[in-house]
Amino acid sequence: MKKLINSPDDVIADALKGVEASDDNVRVDHANRVIYRATPKEAGKVAIISGGGSGHEPMHGGFVGIGMLDAACAGQVFTSPTPDQMLEATTTVDTGAGVLHIVKNYTGDIMNFEMAAEMAADAGIPVETVVVADDVAVQDSLYTAGRRGVGTTVLLEKIVGAAAEEGQDLGAVKVLAQKVADNGRSMGMALTSCTVPSAGKPTFDLPEDQMEIGIGIHGEPGRHREPIGDAKSIAKQLVDPILQDLDFTGSPVIAMLNGMGGTPLIELYLMYGEVVALLKEAGVEISRNLVGNYITSLDMAGCSLTLVKADEEMIRLWDAPVKTAGLRWGL
Amino acid sequence: MGSVSEQLLTLDLLADWLRRYAAIVDEHKTYLTELDSAIGDADHGANMARGTAAVLTHVDDATTIDALLKKAGMTLVSTVGGTSGPLYGTLLMKMGMATGSVVELSAEDFGKALRAGLEGLVARGKTELGDKTMVDALAPALDAYDAALADGSDLHDAVAAAAQAAAAGRDATTPMVAKKGRASYLGERSAGHQDPGATSSTYLFDALADVIGA
Repeated sequence: MKKLINSPDDVIADALKGVEASDDNVRVDHANRVIYRATPKEAGKVAIISGGGSGHEPMHGGFVGIGMLDAACAGQVFTSPTPDQMLEATTTVDTGAGVLHIVKNYTGDIMNFEMAAEMAADAGIPVETVVVADDVAVQDSLYTAGRRGVGTTVLLEKIVGAAAEEGQDLGAVKVLAQKVADNGRSMGMALTSCTVPSAGKPTFDLPEDQMEIGIGIHGEPGRHREPIGDAKSIAKQLVDPILQDLDFTGSPVIAMLNGMGGTPLIELYLMYGEVVALLKEAGVEISRNLVGNYITSLDMAGCSLTLVKADEEMIRLWDAPVKTAGLRWGL
Repeated sequence: MGSVSEQLLTLDLLADWLRRYAAIVDEHKTYLTELDSAIGDADHGANMARGTAAVLTHVDDATTIDALLKKAGMTLVSTVGGTSGPLYGTLLMKMGMATGSVVELSAEDFGKALRAGLEGLVARGKTELGDKTMVDALAPALDAYDAALADGSDLHDAVAAAAQAAAAGRDATTPMVAKKGRASYLGERSAGHQDPGATSSTYLFDALADVIGA
């Protein structure tokens, strides 16, 4: 394992020091491993927190700031944060208008956020929760934990963050969040595994000439493994299952071509070009887009595609000012 | 052996139970992680060992059984993480809520507390018997415990029966296809592997059997 770390045990603590040093717009509670806005939101506005296992940077800590999250809880690598962290964050950011929890659909994250929401309710803080479960690679059935929460989370945090920033109440923010979650779909693929620092070796073995289609963000297995193809054919394997799952025609669409952490931007742009061509062919109109590393899986090479079927209101909120380490425009 | 009503689970005995559980988990942490590597994310042993070690730092402070169990549960929630933290934490916290502020429990009341804990865990995990989880060890163990008491067995025999049923339930998870948690993403590929959560759950009854000499 070759990594820029001091020791596997200190990765999160050391990285949080760097986060704090790099961004005047956030402050870090190192004891609880929570990243907060440096300047809290005005009283009376709904606050939004998220969190999850570390290793997906810039998500979620890189999305704390004006127009997005109020706080993000950092867990161990690929492991949910704990309810005491979430309760601390919820209590700290609440301005009296309640708090929205944005949760990715993994069993651990669901349970820990559920306990935190119960504790917050006991403390008299209204909490609403939205669960993102957008990964079309997982066949949704009664026999699984459901679809994984992946790329839609990023777009949801932006859109819903803007709604909270302009003063929409908790009920409205929750309805909007659910609408974005319901209208987002993602599909990912990997060229390599990732290496968890504490494990010291790649999570799975992927031969040089093979790729894994339908990968999650923790090195979970994908739908299937096959010989690597060209970008055009890989783009098709991302676009097709998404379009088969939801009709994206007739509405403005926000697209994100996301890198898994170990793929250079030139390849992400190349892939985005292929994706756009396929979507155009299918009659899907992309109104807004992101290309880059937004929800990563440590050093995994590969990419994912996320599409959100939006409406004019969602596009308006997407365009609203945002000032975070990960997304910044209009301010 | 005396009648059931004469056999009490005291605060000290339950504190010893948690100590013994931590020792068994620590002894088997590599094994638990190996089981988890096959169908999960290879951290069950390390996480449970860290959590139960943290519990040890508090067991001496409690002056009532409910305080002991609730504190242990909360400590597991905040130190184990993942899914095992909330599940084990809920089990112990709900047990504590069921016992009330006492320093000793009858075998029957301990059974009721275990049942309340299991119900809390099932609600938290939205899990059923046969999903290849902790429940597959815990539910048969509790059923065996209750049945033994109902048949007039004493505490020792009831705990021995529970430990035996837990082990049988754990073994039965091997051919199962996981329907909950990260192992469920493997689908059919999860069959043929013993469930790590069911395995660490059997240690609860092994530990109890050890401390009461069953």
